Amino acid sequence: MASDAAVASPDEVVADVGALPDIARREAGGWLVPAAAALVAAALPLVVSPYAQDLVVRIAIYAIFALSLELLVGATGLVSLGHAAFLGLGAYATVLGSGDSGGSIALLLPLAIAAAAAYAVVVGALSLRTRGVYFIMVTLAFAQMAYFVVHDTKAGGGSDGIFLYVKPTLAIAGKTLVDLGERMTLYYSVLVALVATYAFIAMLLRSRFGHALAGIRVNEQRMRAAGFSTTPYKLAAFVVAGALAGLAGFLLAAKDGAVNPELLSWHESGAVLLMLIFGGIGSLRGAVLGAVAFTLLKEVFQSEALLGPLAQHWQLTLGLTIIAFVAALPRGLIGLGTRLRGLARARPASTTAGTPT
Amino acid sequence: MSAVLAEASGPHARPASSPLLEAIGLGRRFRGLAAVDQVSLDLSVGEIHAVIGTNGAGKSTLVNMLSGELAPSAGSVRFDGDDVTRWSQPRRARAGIGRSYQRTTIFGEFSVLENCRLAAQANAPHAWRVWEPASRDLRGVRTAQRALAAAGLDGDTARTAATLSHGAKRQLEIAMCLATEPRALLLDEPLAGMGAEETGRMLDLLVGLKAGHAILLVEHDMDAVFRVADRITVMVNGQVIASDVPERIRNDRAVQLAYLGDGH
Amino acid sequence: MSTATFLVQCLNAVQYGLLLFLVASGLTLIFGIMGVINLAHGSFYMIGAYLAFALAPWFGDWFVTRLVAGVVLAAVFGYLLEWAFFSFLYDRDHLQQVLLTYALILVFEELRSLLVGNDVHGVPAPSWLAGGFRLGGLMEYPWYRVFASAACLVVALALYAVVNRTRLGMMIRAGASNRDMVRGLGVDIRRLYRIVFAGGVALAALAGMIAAPLSSVYPGMGSSVLIICFVVVVIGGIGSITGALVASLLVGFVDTFGKVFFAEWSGVGVYVLMAIVLIWRPEGLMKRGF
Repeated sequence: MASDAAVASPDEVVADVGALPDIARREAGGWLVPAAAALVAAALPLVVSPYAQDLVVRIAIYAIFALSLELLVGATGLVSLGHAAFLGLGAYATVLGSGDSGGSIALLLPLAIAAAAAYAVVVGALSLRTRGVYFIMVTLAFAQMAYFVVHDTKAGGGSDGIFLYVKPTLAIAGKTLVDLGERMTLYYSVLVALVATYAFIAMLLRSRFGHALAGIRVNEQRMRAAGFSTTPYKLAAFVVAGALAGLAGFLLAAKDGAVNPELLSWHESGAVLLMLIFGGIGSLRGAVLGAVAFTLLKEVFQSEALLGPLAQHWQLTLGLTIIAFVAALPRGLIGLGTRLRGLARARPASTTAGTPT
Repeated sequence: MSAVLAEASGPHARPASSPLLEAIGLGRRFRGLAAVDQVSLDLSVGEIHAVIGTNGAGKSTLVNMLSGELAPSAGSVRFDGDDVTRWSQPRRARAGIGRSYQRTTIFGEFSVLENCRLAAQANAPHAWRVWEPASRDLRGVRTAQRALAAAGLDGDTARTAATLSHGAKRQLEIAMCLATEPRALLLDEPLAGMGAEETGRMLDLLVGLKAGHAILLVEHDMDAVFRVADRITVMVNGQVIASDVPERIRNDRAVQLAYLGDGH
Repeated sequence: MSTATFLVQCLNAVQYGLLLFLVASGLTLIFGIMGVINLAHGSFYMIGAYLAFALAPWFGDWFVTRLVAGVVLAAVFGYLLEWAFFSFLYDRDHLQQVLLTYALILVFEELRSLLVGNDVHGVPAPSWLAGGFRLGGLMEYPWYRVFASAACLVVALALYAVVNRTRLGMMIRAGASNRDMVRGLGVDIRRLYRIVFAGGVALAALAGMIAAPLSSVYPGMGSSVLIICFVVVVIGGIGSITGALVASLLVGFVDTFGKVFFAEWSGVGVYVLMAIVLIWRPEGLMKRGF
């Protein structure tokens, strides 16, 4: 291996190569758009009703859930149909760990993440022995296994689920600093968690680890030929994705004050995949956008105020909409935006494609 | 086999004393059909060892067994003194066995530079440094630049790899291989789809690489093979029918029969 | 456990396994030959069951006739569905197939809700299959279950015969291993796909019709059978009918005896089996092929 002794400073390297292109494919507006969106979300409580705020919190939690799956599907190319298991396990861990007198965020949050991550290690290690369609089916099956555990066993609480009587709080020396039972506190905590998750995944994707994941997505065989043992990378992505879904689960439990087995159902796993495809695979913005679009769409289709008697048959309207959408816009809303802006604009090459921020 | 060549004379280089990569009695069966049968050959630094044969002769299967993508049914592979038969492909690649593919396998979405930087990363992953953008991988960038230069690709390394011409893509394929700093190069039909001028450039490149590497060249283009190969192994139906210096191969009866018989 | 009870459980396991095989064989064929992952396959099972319920007043005790009528209807439905919807899925990636067929489930569920409602229905076994035979002192094994197993076995043998002994079967086997070659040989691939798909739908629907008197007819029955079938296909190997048979029987036994020995944890048994197979032989029990 060549010695690093003569490595130039970053500036010299840049001068050598010509301008080093940006890591992430530049989307319109760069960092400004996500930042602006966060600011708008932060200001919303000033103008909208508590019901709408509740909706925003729900959307934000699902956005975290969708972002976690984006790391698997968009960045690494692994389609998992069992991601809801990690959301659900995080939520259940939060509730089970709270007991009757509530618990500390300092304990419950790491617990939720750890529970989800632990299951992700086991499921990942086994599922990654398969590829393609097998992988999809196996991840679904393992999620179903977790579903049965919480649905059928006494320990899991049964089909009705479990209630969370006291929401998690953070207290130091007897003073309560953060009480997730408080509406505004929950709102901003979830928003902070979303921004943090977004930034974390963006950072991961521009790191060497993220580039390796992108390489695995494009051509795993080539990566192996270059000397990458690809399985540890895929497993790491799987576990991080699971852990972040556990975070979403913690927040969901804190918000709803209850958990039920349907959180782990394949309908939930299907829904988060739909969010990704609605927004556009391969884009962090798309994941968030997809979560917004899908949640709002479901709200609309189930709203009797808007659709009257048709609201009862929301499965039909939703199903047909999904078919039309996926058939017509396989690249999602972000893809639509790209197409509208036209291909005429010359694009600098990306040093990694895959998942721009 | 290398002992026989000790008396080789002429314009072709003398291989180094002990082979870097050896295939010993390699065989591979697919449901009763022997794709490769009792093949032995070796590769030393400083030589280009070409493998030729008719379609279906088992050349690709042989390369796959050497690179580690396919497990042999029989025989072994030795690299630099180690028995690597049980080693996975990534492990062999890190040890110094690089390969290029017949079908271009570059990462079309990435820039030319990133293609090589990523390949170079395999040897110094530091994957845990998640806070650091990959562009800060100075060692990788330098290695990539050297590999690109060695492969004759200087131009605009920031351009998207998919926009390169076919010949340039094949050069990039080689560059990616070089970015992993291999000692043995397994090249599977690098000249595929190239015109005369591109072929000439690629061959000059290969001759230039010879000094520091052991090169196995699987090719269909006979003129090219006879121009650069120091040794040629001929395979038919999974078996080696001849393995010698080019002049003797050219005059070998069995080889002529195999090729004329097939109307090649 | 007494011998009689053990025997009954074994018979139940075999019967459940054979029923699963009918559904799983369709799924694995469709995947093996057309390369489409179809989440809506469980819906065909459900449709079959509801069909049995809907046709019951028309056919009364003419049970076998009812089954035949149902199979024909299902096959026609499958043929049309392939033409109208599934043929557009072949060129799409797995993610899109998953989501499109998931949407199809939603549509089917809602249509069923509109047409037949959401109630749970019982479907009586035909009177000539009522009752059972004595096993040991106190146990009576229902004739209908024997019929169910026998019917599934007959269909399994017929399937084997078609796949291995007919020209159609030859094309199916060829299509499973090399789609492009089959096309190159001049076989009308679109019609082949349509026939295979219709066959798969018919098999699943038949299973649903046979199962109706056993497990009653309820809205969620499609989902539960689907995921178990996925496990069967993973264990048996995609495209392999023999694999599907072996895996179905394995699953049948694990599930049935799991319920006996492990009570509330029994639902997990099948997945543990899958995990074991994944550790031991990730490519499935049978290598690709029939």
